[in-house]
Amino acid sequence: MGVIGEAWTWLTTGANWSGDGGAAHRLGEHLYVSGVALAVACAIALPIALYLGHIGKGGALAVNLSNVGRAVPVFAVLALFMVTSLRNSGYWPTIIALVLFAVPPLLTNAYVGMREVDRAVVEAARGMGMSGGQLFVRVELPLAYPMIMTGLRSAAVQVVATASIAAMVGLGGLGRIITAGFNTYDTAQVFAGAVLVAGLALVVEGVLVGLDRLLSPLRRRRPA
Amino acid sequence: MAEQSCLVTNDWICGEYLRSRSQELADATVQHIGITVVSVLIGLAVAFPLALLARRGPRFAGPVLGLTTVLYTVPSLAMFSLLLPLFGLSAALVVTGLVLYSLTILVRNILAGLAAVPQEAKDAARGMGYGPARLLWEVELPLALPAVMAGLRIATVSTVALTTVGSLVGKGGLGNLIEDALPSFFKAQVLAASVLCVLLAVVADLLLLGLQRLLTPWTRISGAAAPSAPAKTDAGPHAPATVKAG
Repeated sequence: MGVIGEAWTWLTTGANWSGDGGAAHRLGEHLYVSGVALAVACAIALPIALYLGHIGKGGALAVNLSNVGRAVPVFAVLALFMVTSLRNSGYWPTIIALVLFAVPPLLTNAYVGMREVDRAVVEAARGMGMSGGQLFVRVELPLAYPMIMTGLRSAAVQVVATASIAAMVGLGGLGRIITAGFNTYDTAQVFAGAVLVAGLALVVEGVLVGLDRLLSPLRRRRPA
Repeated sequence: MAEQSCLVTNDWICGEYLRSRSQELADATVQHIGITVVSVLIGLAVAFPLALLARRGPRFAGPVLGLTTVLYTVPSLAMFSLLLPLFGLSAALVVTGLVLYSLTILVRNILAGLAAVPQEAKDAARGMGYGPARLLWEVELPLALPAVMAGLRIATVSTVALTTVGSLVGKGGLGNLIEDALPSFFKAQVLAASVLCVLLAVVADLLLLGLQRLLTPWTRISGAAAPSAPAKTDAGPHAPATVKAG
């Protein structure tokens, strides 16, 4: 297929990487909005989910939020932002939409992870005289860690994927390379942009899998 | 004009828009439903043999689950663009992308459902002289149905949302209306199409839930034990337990 060769040529041409609409700038935008959104989503979702999981309440809320999130198209949400005055506020429409979509997986997975900690283990720890705080830090959190990381991974990958949708409503990010290619009937550029976006999503997934293994509390115990 | 029409003042909710463009809305909805239904049905038809293959052992399960997971990671905008050289600007392109996404959820849920069939039930059927095919169709599949249906519901709901991205190639159903309305900041159209899209997802979910109840009357005897959110717990640690960006 000629398209793949042409896309490769596009990717290896320095001029396509420089400037305001260049791939390097788009990559920067993409990573910036994704990073900020993921950080904000974690700051909102994790404390709530871990607390609810610790006291064992609010499960229906966490699960339902996740189901609702599935039904709402990102494209529609971004489009709604773009017909309000938010459209003039730079990165914010993207960041807000990304936060909205990253919170449910984080919340659900962290909550379910906390609740799935073996009750017998929790009772044993309590019987050994652990306080609520100690129980949380030394028992529940390490055991819930795999589920929390699974949620973080799916949230991160989803955020990176969603950030490319932003281009469909005219916002920045790597998706812009794809939509720009569409508008000029440049299939090679469309393909090159798609490879960049897909590649970035896979790299993010890979990095998080690596981090997960590295940080796993069951592999290398850290003092509480 | 004596009074300002809500089309001129660009209100969020506009009865006149709904009336005058009802045909356009209906067409987009029909296209949306068509693409979703075809995608999910093909997805199911492909996922089923894949799940049976994966069940034969880890030698098959590894590649099948690995490949479908990697596909799920690819962002939808990129997926549709990557398929572009193969299909051109067609509905087949959108359907193929959506089928590939639905595979991850469906394969995992079918597999989890089959794995959860009690060994006693299988042994009893074998003792009664059931062969492998009859065992699968008459014992294992019915018992796996709640998990399969749970997967089908998730896949359908996220496919409804993802279809909107198909507006990239002009085959996005309600997404087309949203895209058309963006350049002129036509609020009523964006809101109406978005709301219809979410409604479609909710209705599809409820219909599938009803179908599941019809197909598995025995689950109701033990109370409403399983129907909500079973996918997460039995899909394993590497399941993409959540939403696909649409």
